[in-house]
Order: sequence, then C-alpha cells, then structure tokens
Amino acid sequence: MNNKPRIGVYVCHCGINIAKTVEIDPVTEYASQLPNVKVARNYSYMCSDPGQLLIREDIEKEGLNRIVVASCSPRMHELTFRKTLAEAGLNPYFLEMANIREQCSWVHEDVEEATAKARKLVASSVAKARLLEPLEEKEVDVEPATLVIGGGIAGIQAALDIANAGFKVYMVEKTPSVGGTMAQLDKTFPTLDCSACILTPKMVDVASHPNIELMTYSQVEEITGYVGNFEVKVRKKARYIDMEKCTGCGICAEECRLKNRIPSEFDVGVGKRSAVYLPFPQAVPAKYTVDPERCLFLTRGKCGESPKCADACPSQAFDFEQADEMVEFKVGAVIVATGFDVFDASRKPEYGYADYDNVLTALEMERLVSASGPTGGKIVLGKGDEAYTPKDIAFIKCVGSRDESVGNEYCSRGCCMYTAKLAHLVHEKIPDANVRIYYMDVRAFGKGFEEFYDRVRREGVRYIRGNPSEIFKRGDKLVIKVEDTLTAKALEDEVDLVVLAVGLEPRKDVREIIDLLRLSQSGDRFFLEAHPKLAPVDTATDGVYLAGCAQGPKDIPDTVAQAKGAASSALILLSSGKVKVQAQIAIVNEATCRSCGYCVEICPYGAIEMVEANRMGHIVSVARVNEALCKGCGACVAGCFSGSIQQKSFKDAQILPQLAVLGVK
Amino acid sequence: MTEELQSFIEKYDLLGCIQCGRCTGGCPVTVRTDLNVRRFVYDTVDEEALEELAKMPEVWDCTACNTCAVRCPKGLKPVEVLIGLRNIMVESGVVQPTVRDALESVFREGNPWDKSRATRNDWMKDLEVKMAEPGEPVENLIFVCCTIAYDPKLQVVAQNLVKLLNKAGVDYGFMDTSETCCSSEVHNLGEEGLFEMMVEDNTELLNEYAAKRLVAISPHCYSVFKNQYPDLKAEVLHYTHLVGEILEDKKLELTRELPEKIVFHDPCFLGKQNNVYDEPRYVLGQIPGAELLEFDRSRERSLCCEGGGGKMWVETESKKERLSETRVKDAKELGATVLAVACPFCVLTLDDSLKAKGFEEEMRVAEILELLGEALD
Repeated sequence: MNNKPRIGVYVCHCGINIAKTVEIDPVTEYASQLPNVKVARNYSYMCSDPGQLLIREDIEKEGLNRIVVASCSPRMHELTFRKTLAEAGLNPYFLEMANIREQCSWVHEDVEEATAKARKLVASSVAKARLLEPLEEKEVDVEPATLVIGGGIAGIQAALDIANAGFKVYMVEKTPSVGGTMAQLDKTFPTLDCSACILTPKMVDVASHPNIELMTYSQVEEITGYVGNFEVKVRKKARYIDMEKCTGCGICAEECRLKNRIPSEFDVGVGKRSAVYLPFPQAVPAKYTVDPERCLFLTRGKCGESPKCADACPSQAFDFEQADEMVEFKVGAVIVATGFDVFDASRKPEYGYADYDNVLTALEMERLVSASGPTGGKIVLGKGDEAYTPKDIAFIKCVGSRDESVGNEYCSRGCCMYTAKLAHLVHEKIPDANVRIYYMDVRAFGKGFEEFYDRVRREGVRYIRGNPSEIFKRGDKLVIKVEDTLTAKALEDEVDLVVLAVGLEPRKDVREIIDLLRLSQSGDRFFLEAHPKLAPVDTATDGVYLAGCAQGPKDIPDTVAQAKGAASSALILLSSGKVKVQAQIAIVNEATCRSCGYCVEICPYGAIEMVEANRMGHIVSVARVNEALCKGCGACVAGCFSGSIQQKSFKDAQILPQLAVLGVK
Repeated sequence: MTEELQSFIEKYDLLGCIQCGRCTGGCPVTVRTDLNVRRFVYDTVDEEALEELAKMPEVWDCTACNTCAVRCPKGLKPVEVLIGLRNIMVESGVVQPTVRDALESVFREGNPWDKSRATRNDWMKDLEVKMAEPGEPVENLIFVCCTIAYDPKLQVVAQNLVKLLNKAGVDYGFMDTSETCCSSEVHNLGEEGLFEMMVEDNTELLNEYAAKRLVAISPHCYSVFKNQYPDLKAEVLHYTHLVGEILEDKKLELTRELPEKIVFHDPCFLGKQNNVYDEPRYVLGQIPGAELLEFDRSRERSLCCEGGGGKMWVETESKKERLSETRVKDAKELGATVLAVACPFCVLTLDDSLKAKGFEEEMRVAEILELLGEALD
C-alpha cells in the first residue's frame, strides 16, 4: 500500500442529534479542503448499514487508507467502524473519531459556535489520522474453567449452568456449607414455596456434578493473571475432620461439652450449636466442622481427659493436627457471587434491638417460623415457664434502607415482600394474632407481588402508613411511638413482639474481594457493574462477572436470572476459546528507562514489571509491559519521569500535532 | 414572595421529605399537644400558607430536642422549619411578652433573665477563681451560661466546678462579666437576626482569649458553640468531657461516699444532638458508694424534659402530664434516690415536677457537679 495518507472524512447527522446544532454541510465542505483529505461526505446515520457501506465503497474505489468519522463518542461506535475498515481490507486502527455529539452538539446551543468547534474537532482528527500506524490484534487462549466465589443461590445457579454446558467449575464457599441466605428462609414469596425444598436439590447437584469441584470452608487468597488466564490460590481451612471418613452421623456434636452453648450462625443466634457442628441438617457437604475459635481442645489444648467428640466418632474422622491446605488452579473466567450482609439493627438504637428480647430482625423471625428452626416453627417467645405466644405483633419496614442517617440511601427491594410473607405466616400460625405492618411505601413490583400484597391484607394484616420512630417498654408491653400519617395521629401502639424488616448491605469484608479482583464499588458500596443497563453482569475487569446481591439488593427470582446471565457471559468467553487483547498498549523504551519503577506502582492493572536487561554490557533493571494485561489506560505514559513510555495510537508524535490544531501549544 | 418561598423550600430541603412520619412519631410532645411537625414540613411547601401556619399556637410547643432531625431518614431538620415559622412571627413583632422581654434582655444585658450584666459574676464571691485574660494562653476557658450564673439554685454548679478544678490543678480560666449569652435559645425562639449578631460578637470575643479549649457547663451553650459557631478557634467541650478526663488521669480523687441510687437523665442537647452519652455516666460511676441505675428510655431513646426550644419563656397550654413529671415518676419507680442531670434547664423542669408530685422525701434532682461537690468534701 502507498503510505501517503489518503483520508476520507465522514460527518454524521445522527438524525437531528448533531444536525440540529452543527451545520453539517459547511463542516463537510471544510473537511474536504484539509490536506490529504481525498473524500468528505455526510450521512444521516453513519453507523447504519448504508452509512458503513459509503466508507467501504470509498476505501475500495478511492484507495483511502485513513478514515475519520465525525459523529458520537468512540465509546459508542469505535468498534463498529473498526469492523467496517477491516471488512474493506484496511487495518482497523487507521480509524480516528471526532466526537461532535457528546462533546459538541449536545452541550452547546449556539449553532454558529458549535459549527466552528465541530470544524476544529474534525481538523484535529484529520491531523492525527495522517500519523496513525497499523496495529496488530493478538489473541490468547482461554482456560476452559470458571471460578465461582460464593455458594449461595446465585453461585449455585451460575455454577450449575456452566457445568451443564460442559465446562469445569471451581466453587469456593467461605462457610462449611453451600446454600447461603436462601437456605435460612422458611417460605419464599409470593408463591410460598418451601425455600429448602426448592434449594436443597440444587445444593446436592453442585456437590455431585462431575464438572464442579466444590471447596467449602475455603477462601480465595490470590488471583493473578488476566481474562482467559487467571491463576487462583485457595486456602482450604482445616476442619479438623477427615472429609473422607466423616459420615455426618452427628454423634460428635451430641458428645461435645459445649453442646447447645454456642449461638448458631444458621439460626442467627435464635438456636444454639456445639463446637463441632453441621450448620444445618441439609448442609452440603454433610460433613462436620470443628469451630477452632470455640472448641475447648483447640483453644486451651485440653478438653477433659480427652475430647469426647473424637472418642465417640465411630469412623475415627477427627484429626486435631490437620492444617490448612493451599490449592492452586487456572481459570478463564471468575464469577463473584458473594452475597450480602443483613443490616445490623443495633445501628438504629431507637428501636431497642439490643435492649429487648422481643424485638427481632426478620431473619431471626424466619428461623422462628421455620419448621427446621429451633422452635420447630412455633412462634414462642421467652423460655421455660415464661414462654408465651405473642398476640400483638408489629412489623417495621425500611430498617436500614432508604435511610441516609445510616448511610444506606437505597431501597433493599426484598423487605416489602418478605414482610408480607412473614405476616402471612404469623397469621397462619397464630390465627387470633393482631398483625400490623408499619410502612412508608409498599413496593410490590415483581410478578405476582401486588396480588400477594392484596391477599395478605384481606387475610387481616393491617397496613398502617407511618415509619415508627422509637420503641420503649411499658409494663410487659413494647410501646411503638409512631404517627399514622394518613390520619395525622401520633400513636403509642402497645405490642408483644416487634419484627424489624432489616435491609441488605454489602458484605463487611467486601474490601477483600475488591483487592483480589480490582473491582469498583458504586455509590451504595455494592460492586459496580460495567453498565447499569447494557452490561449488568460484567465488570470493568474483563472476564470477571457479577451475580446476585453482591451487585445490589435482589430477591431470589432476580438473583437466579442474573446468575444465569453471568453464566452466559462466562460461557461466551469459554466457548469461543480465544480472547483478543488490547492492541493500543503501552510500550517501554528500554534504552532510556531509568529503572525508577514508578510505573509499576501506578499501573492499576498490575501489567508492568521490572526485568533485567542488558544495556551495552551492563545488566540494568527496566520496566516491561505485559501485553496481555495492559488495558491502554495511559497512566504509566503520563507518569513516566523519563518519557520512556509511549502508548500505541496515542504517541506524543501523534497527539501533539492533534492538539496543536486545537490551539494547544 | 416567590423568592422567599424558594428560600423556605430550599433552606429546609422541604422537597426531600417522603412523609414517612418518623419526625412526628418520635416527637416527645405529641403525647400532650397537637404539634405535628410532619404536617408543617408538608404544608410549608405552599407559599401562600406560610403566614397562617406561623400563627398556629403549636409552633411554640416544640422543645427543639432535635429528635425529629435525628430520626429523619432523608437528612432533613423538621425542627428548623418550626423555628423558621417562629422567625416569621418574631419579624412581624407578634410574640408573647415573655419572649419579647427575654430577647430584649439578651440584646441589652447579654442574658435572657433581665439581670444586670454587672452582677453576672456575683456567684464567684468568696471563691478563689482563676480569671482568663484576653491574649494570654489558657488550656480550658470555662463558659458558665446565663442560667447558672444568675439562678441562685444553680450557682452551686459553677462554684463546685471551680473547687474541683482548683483541687485538680488543671489550667483553666473564667471570663469577666463580658461573658455573653451563647444565644442558643435566641435561635430557638426564632430571632434569627439577633442570633447572627450574637454569633458574630461572641466569636470575636471568645477568639480574643488564647484558649485551647472552650468548656461549656450547659449542654445548650456546648451544642450551639459546637454546631452553629463555625469560626470559633478553640475546641469545644462539655464539662463532663473535662471532668471525665481529670478523673481518668487521677488528678483528683472522690473520697466521700455517697450511698445513693443515681439515675442519669440524658439532656437532649448533650445526648441526641451531640452523641455525648458515656462521659456523664463515667463521671457518675466514679462517685464512691453510688449505685447507677438506667431508665428504660435512656441514651438515644431518652425522653425530653421540655426545658429547651425557648420553653422557659413559653408555657404549653395542656392539661396532660408534663414529660418532666413522667420522668420523675419513672425515676421513682426505679427506686432512684437521685435524678442526676447535666443541664441547668433539666434541673429546673425536673425539680419543679418532683415538687409538684411531692416526691421530695424519697428523691432529689441534682446536677452532676452538685454530687461531685458532695463527694469531694
């Protein structure tokens, strides 16, 4: 090809988006006069098929070797037009875009000034286009396996979908069992399906699937590498039980000296467990775990003559010498399904959660109404002789949600419906109970939700519009201080039981995952998706996808749908088997590099390392960019003290002439 | 009028309200008056209605305890809407004579009690008091409060603090009679113009002292200095911070046993408004022989005594039980022998109610410094 630039300029009307504010014809005419410009045209929608055809035909007929499209932001259509160039046999990096929409027509009103600015932008793009160089797009192989972090319903669904498609899955779950929060629920709204009944088959599938390697009671310690080629290190924590030998019989827990003394995580403290425990009867795997922070033998080195649990174990599964085990493997994709924390109700001290035993959170209430819970599903408060069945029961919604005073501005999306469900269950179990729900809005947006809300009201659950402000005690009763905002009356409502509909929060240890994968958080502190509408399961890190409440509060239907979306995204990557890596990367001039290593520090992708190089017989340390990891952000280029780093397509020699046209010296 | 309306809506972020009702739900005076602060937030969006709304008598029932603002999930301050309405009345000159007199007294004599400025430090008589001088470095500049300085029942609070500080040997200084009302209550009574002037003058006066810390005895002075005096140079403390520090550092030991059952009442301007809950309890806990009790409604859920928000000068027309009466009844039920407080207004309201209920035999109201004085001797 003749290297002399033959440039085509294409000015887009974008309907009236650009044409309303920028006069297209004068800009086109101006462009045609610029040096090296052979063709200048305009069209209503350059991104449309006919628009792209114009470019392809001109490349063929006029022998164009550089293309400038003056239209929208490159974020929108750079890839579209690169493809157009490639289809016409031109290197796709001979494209330059002039953004005359977002940075011109959309932000200006004066037609004359906007047109003048569009001219300048086009001229500067032409200036750079002359200096563009062809770049080569490299491809790397994709490791056909996925890491799923988190074994709740989101992780379970994603893992099963990927495994069923024939790819390997490594699932890492922090607690001793998969199941997550869904396993703790009694019934699910609005269909009142038994949560365990629909979840446990999937839990078992995960454990038995030939393509899934399940690691419970384990934590991801390190992830390095890049899309298609992540290296993962996992710590499998010591259970002090030989998983091969344990049959899950439970004799050890019966013998434990701390039996019924330790608050059960699964029963959120409503029930108690031993120091050696199975989190819940349907736990998967059905293997016991010794709690190293509670076990007398592990904490004090002594438990009676010898630990009764180990003595009683019929299969000699105990091994108090067991150590953590490190496992390493490679995956092509990562799905983050780490779930959420329930809002800590003691952060709203006015509700007395820390003061009164008969103020419960909704999750505690779930365990209380659940047939598998500590009371066998009976709603009983107090113990022994003082046990009683509450008759006046109030639910308070939006506890820790929609509340700037605790830093959570968002709606937790599930509380309205789980409150209706719990109220229904209470009504069913205590038919003569007076159940009221204090609310500020009822958000019943999902399929079948409004119908369920209607049903619960007609069953006799009273909805009172007002968000309570304070709870205190008067005799045996709790007093709720609240205004009925529909009658403008301040009430002191006396009840036996208050259930706080607590919201969902990002995990307290969210930082660990951020550090592992360099993820970002949105304003609500949940993980940030690549685009809220069009890339809801992707992240800014290629090959890393989000599923479930880690990305934001969700109910079960939405969580499952998103998990299937994340699985699908991972599968696209895995089944294509190849991934293209960024071509516009940074390159180091090793001859001038001064070995300071500052670029290594500022690279947000960990793509630069210091290597030894031979400089005229001397071994020196120089920076080198890993081409597969570099995202072309340019931070190192700007940061380099000796000007030794340049970014392809954005070299000083290319962008300084471009800036000069804009009047920047 | 449109400009004024915009300022009202914008000043109080009225459009941020979602009408959840937590403000009125938490408002302590709703059990005895018709005040519904949520409705005022709703209704004041209408520019035409402002003047009529300002005339409603319940505007003056608010005690400025701040519960509505603390509980609001959207960061609004409903209490300030009521103060804004009071301002409309003050501007138009239609206020109760008691309010007018108090404001005039602040303007003329630097205190709301119609007392002469010259006698402000009479409580110091016969005491060895270290005085601070402008420009001379002092660690703790003590701010007394008008009510404590002039009320014969409360002067002992300041006097005991002097004794305590002398004994502990910490660096402190009091101001001469130029000490002027902090004007917390001027703000709460809606006299915005006077308040702004007082903030400016007081800031200038207080900054003349080269004090590291400004220690207020009253929570009302403490709160306003801390939150509404943006240009003060000194760090603002309540005296329970300072005394707590002294006791913790063992600069002072309380020796005399006080075999009392003490229950502490959280002043709104210390607790709810500034989250100071632990220091007063720590100080009380150092008194030998005393047993500390807790109200069910304590700390963040404490009940207002109805002493703030200008209520010293505006009586609520209600036959229903005063909150201070509820409070002394609760204290008696707990078996307390001392109802301890750390605020001059709380002393006055609770002591009145204790006498009205005839509980003097079995119980008394005492400022923490009164108790410390007894434990020192």
